[in-house]
Amino acid sequence: MLKSNIPSGPIEQKWTKHKFDSKLINPANKRKFKIIVVGSGLAGGAAAASLAELGYQVDCFCYQDSPRRAHSIAAQGGINAAKNYRNDGDSVQRLFYDTVKGGDFRSREANVYRLAEVSNAIIDQATAQGVPFAREYGGLLDNRSFGGAQVSRTFYARGQTGQQLLICVYQALEKEIAKGGVTMHSRTEMLDLVTVDGHAKGIVVRNMVTGEISSHAADAVILATGGYGNAFYLSTNAMGCNVMAAFRAHKRGACFANPCYTQIHPTCIPVSGDYQSKLTLMSESLRNDGRIWVPKSAEDCKNAAASIADADRDYYLERKYPSFGNLAPRDIASRAAKEACDDGRGVGPSGLGVYLDFRDATKRLGESTIRARYGNLFQMYEKITGENPYETPMRIYPAVHYTMGGLWVDYNLMSNVPGLHVLGEANFSDHGANRLGASALMQGLADGYFVIPATIAPYLASQTPGSITTEHQEFKKVEEEVRERVGKMININGKRTVDSFHRELGHLLWDKCGMARDAKGLKEALAAIPGIREEFWENVRIPGSGENVNAELEKAGRVADFLEFAELLCHDAHDRKESCGGHFRSEYQFTEKSPEVKAGKTQPGEAKRDDENFSHVAAWEFKGVGKKPKLHKESLKYTAVKQTIRSYA
Amino acid sequence: MANLNLTLKVWRQLNAQDHGRIETYDAKDIPTEASFLEMLDIVNERIVEDGGEPIHFDHDCREGICGMCSLTIDGVPHGQDRGVTVCQLHMRKFKSGDTIWIEPFRSKVFPLLRDLMVDRSALDRIVAAGGYIDIRTGAAQDANALPIEKDKAEAAFEAAACIGCAACVAACKNSSAMLFVSAKAAHLNYLPQGAPEKQKRTLAMVRQMDEEGFGNCTNQYECEAVCPKEISADNIAKLNRDYAIASFKEAVS
Amino acid sequence: MSALSCCIHSAPCRFWNSSIGKKIIVALTGIVLVGFLAGHLIGNLLIFQGEHAFNDYAHFLQTMLHGYGVWIARIFLLTSLVLHVTATIQLTIANRAARNIEYQRPATVTASASSRMMIWSGSTILAFIVFHIFHYTVRVSPELAEIGAENPHAMVIAGFSNILVSLFYLIAMTLLCSHLSHGVGSIFQTLGLRSHKTALPIDLFSRAFALFIWLGFISIPIAIMVFGFGK
Ligand SMILES: Cc1cc2nc3c(=O)[nH]c(=O)nc-3n(C[C@H](O)[C@H](O)[C@H](O)COP(=O)(O)OP(=O)(O)OC[C@H]3O[C@@H](n4cnc5c(N)ncnc54)[C@H](O)[C@@H]3O)c2cc1C
Ligand code: HEM
Ligand code: SF4
Ligand code: FES
Repeated sequence: MLKSNIPSGPIEQKWTKHKFDSKLINPANKRKFKIIVVGSGLAGGAAAASLAELGYQVDCFCYQDSPRRAHSIAAQGGINAAKNYRNDGDSVQRLFYDTVKGGDFRSREANVYRLAEVSNAIIDQATAQGVPFAREYGGLLDNRSFGGAQVSRTFYARGQTGQQLLICVYQALEKEIAKGGVTMHSRTEMLDLVTVDGHAKGIVVRNMVTGEISSHAADAVILATGGYGNAFYLSTNAMGCNVMAAFRAHKRGACFANPCYTQIHPTCIPVSGDYQSKLTLMSESLRNDGRIWVPKSAEDCKNAAASIADADRDYYLERKYPSFGNLAPRDIASRAAKEACDDGRGVGPSGLGVYLDFRDATKRLGESTIRARYGNLFQMYEKITGENPYETPMRIYPAVHYTMGGLWVDYNLMSNVPGLHVLGEANFSDHGANRLGASALMQGLADGYFVIPATIAPYLASQTPGSITTEHQEFKKVEEEVRERVGKMININGKRTVDSFHRELGHLLWDKCGMARDAKGLKEALAAIPGIREEFWENVRIPGSGENVNAELEKAGRVADFLEFAELLCHDAHDRKESCGGHFRSEYQFTEKSPEVKAGKTQPGEAKRDDENFSHVAAWEFKGVGKKPKLHKESLKYTAVKQTIRSYA
Repeated sequence: MANLNLTLKVWRQLNAQDHGRIETYDAKDIPTEASFLEMLDIVNERIVEDGGEPIHFDHDCREGICGMCSLTIDGVPHGQDRGVTVCQLHMRKFKSGDTIWIEPFRSKVFPLLRDLMVDRSALDRIVAAGGYIDIRTGAAQDANALPIEKDKAEAAFEAAACIGCAACVAACKNSSAMLFVSAKAAHLNYLPQGAPEKQKRTLAMVRQMDEEGFGNCTNQYECEAVCPKEISADNIAKLNRDYAIASFKEAVS
Repeated sequence: MSALSCCIHSAPCRFWNSSIGKKIIVALTGIVLVGFLAGHLIGNLLIFQGEHAFNDYAHFLQTMLHGYGVWIARIFLLTSLVLHVTATIQLTIANRAARNIEYQRPATVTASASSRMMIWSGSTILAFIVFHIFHYTVRVSPELAEIGAENPHAMVIAGFSNILVSLFYLIAMTLLCSHLSHGVGSIFQTLGLRSHKTALPIDLFSRAFALFIWLGFISIPIAIMVFGFGK
């Protein structure tokens, strides 16, 4: 069922060979093909603009009021590329290796190699479009270092790399809109996928202003709808981020791969109360100079940080990972914070926080240097918390940030439903079990600018353009189902708000399927989710009608899908009886007795992979709401790299 | 800090056809740590529980970068605080007993959709008219083949920081979009990559801006004062200059 | 029709019909008017130099370039004024239209009061200019006409001895001062010559200039009314 379609040949030549071997569509014929692109983030926006440039007719959709507002805009840190402008020994090979290792050897080698290969062209493209990357005095591009790499390969635009990249993508998109190649549908939400004879041929959408539900047909459909981090309710994602588009495709036959691979970012501002609607990321760069600690004894937790003597502080990252220290990778740093708090040594009103302290750095470098390096981040922290980080240490806590899992795709980025292509965070392909910093932007743009324009042609070449229209009965059928579902939701008229359900689900997932998971907790979650879902369908209250803007209705649609998706997430987490990257099963960790620990290759408490039994992509097939999905495995073969213990000690 | 008890005066309007009006709500027991939008969430949950329809407002990222949130608070877009969007505004800036007026971003060019939500697509059309560098995917030369002076790159960056929220339009007594348009144009006009299309871009963007029906700049700098990204009105001066030059060149060529 | 559309699409027309173009015309005509004010004021202040100096100056204006000079200047100024007024009225109408619904709770963050009443200060100035021309240039009052023909100095003194005339003059000059305090600085921005580095000096200059014009012009009626100058 799952054919990865990885081209044959040596890894360095696969992509070139594949492009050469692929069918092309002659320029005059491109015009006859229509492609739907759902999503206008880096992946979708770049795809829509590039495909229109090639001559295809593109229909692009997003739920925000403008394509420029996709959540790619929020990325702060930077974007990787193997330019080796620093002469520090970087290369495509090294970027490839770092990314595979960072993903804990759970990604598909060939895809990652291609990603590393096109990374340089992304920087060229973005620069030519006017992205104001940071520069040195000589006028050339500057780089910074990021977690999980020993070279400086991250391009950045202050703390707004995502915004700057997305704006140029958006400009390219607007250019094509003006030229007539792209028709943009903003404030339009995809509610379902339409397949005809097993091929993806269109979507059903709701106009979020008028409430009108309508169909759009095309010769191929591309989903670039971002990640599902909001299943956890609180995350660093935007309020509207959702799994709806991907999950609808899943329900129509597309396999969902590795949903349990979720990334928890270690440096976010802690939750301050029940009313909280989202979490804010503080750039990882703070860990360059800030020292992370909690009090050694729980009694000290309520005392002012400054009053706690050095001897009574536990700089636990430095203690556990002496060589990487405070710069340990995300998953490791997050888990360590959780352990400290579970141990009762968390700080702040909720007890769920650890200190990120600049006292020593300030002493060493002076306040003005700290201000120059992190001034805007300190300011942001102060705006949100009302506390001055120059005086008291920051408090941070991990938060859901990114989802490596997504719809299964082959080398062409096509799912197992022919014609349905998936790009960006919405697919599963490049990051394995853990994503390195600055590589999601790279992947989104690689997919949109360089991969899909080449890989969609072979599929289109096999189709007769325009053969399916919205007159087809499948469209009528799906449209009717969507109407029915929306109508049903509005008519429940129960007692609880949509948010109350979302919060309940989020708490459950965070507790049972968050930073650390175990079989018992996952079973409990699997037992509890159907109950929440049933109550939702009996007791949710959605005021107003479907004919106007109705934010509660929009949220309800998304939460209804999260309520089904959460089960899939837990099944996958339960089924993967190993620890790897963002998926940490407490049962599977190294202990003092493990031979690897004795040999000094790793430490007790680290994630223990099981390459023999779990070196595969877990792709799940939908079998009905509340039914256990069916597992399909794509086994992962490593020929260019060797699977080793991922050690940062 | 003790929780806040506030009175809200909120613009309510079901859709474009409806006649809008101000309605009054009690916002009791609001935690000071909550953001302004979270305060509205709390009020909305209570409204829904009491059988009403929640107050609609645009928002998405809630961290000051997407540009979606768009509330005028006590007459000032994004509120009195400088350099923040309303999603970054926190309730500790208010006192118990305060009455807060919440209205949409007003302009003839922004039709109202519901309550506090407006349609800002005119800004997209201005960008579509010329706010881009016209190169094809894949056609770019090596990024370091064209060195750019650091201060030029910085100036372009400062302008490119605009999040397209339209607070400048909402604050302007004339609903002028000059700060937005000038920032968008300056971002590209500062850069050597943008030079070949500079004249065309400047003329096209200004013409589209006029066509949309925005008002004219009267140099009052309300825009600059409310801009959450503190975009400088220097960009407007630059646009005026670039426009004059472009018009002249167009006329004589 | 084609002639009309040709005109509409001509470069000057396009410029005039664009928001920035029209603003630039306001600024350029503003410069002309500001320049005129400065010259006019310096001329007027000659009144304090005595009757001779002032009457010589008046005579010089009348006879400059064989009497054509004053007409060239008048036509130039009038054209500027007409352009300035037409443009600003059109701009103001467009501006009001763009902000079709006012806030229930309006607020102003930094805009100065002067900047917000440009159309009112401008209109008062216009009314004043009309009056002023009929008063001292056309001399509709037979009495003033008689004095003025021989002795402009005496005409001015006689004119300002009327309390209503002086009062109107004072109000108009005050609004002119307000107009200029925003307008002069605005010229720099409109012509693209202002930046955050020069903003403060420009603002100060603008206000100082406005104050100078105000003090200069009102000094004459005040001297006449309060200190009995020339009587
Ligand atoms: C706070 C933060 C900081 C980050 N920092 C970095 C960083 O420094 N470096 C890095 O490499 N990565 C970073 N990431 C990750 C990276 O930004 C994202 O993974 C990436 O931008 C996702 O791009 P995308 O195009 O796949 O999706 P998105 O940008 O999320 O776009 C999704 C699009 O799909 C549309 N959409 C979704 N659902 C529907 C629907 N049902 N109907 C219609 N349209 C729909 C949306 O409107 C939107 O246009 C960060 C992420 C976050 C949250
Ligand atoms: C001696 C006479 C006048 C002088 C010296 C003068 C000067 C100026 C100047 C320098 C400006 C600023 C231009 C800019 O924004 O760049 C201005 C603006 C303006 N003037 Fe005048 N003006 C005069 C008469 C008038 C009159 C008679 C009117 C009547 C309608 C008027 C109405 C306006 C308005 C409304 C503006 C603001 C325009 C805008 O900013 O869009 N002015 N004036
Ligand atoms: S210039 Fe400032 S206020 Fe205007 S749209 Fe941009 S960010 Fe918003
Ligand atoms: S919600 Fe994104 S800027 Fe406020």
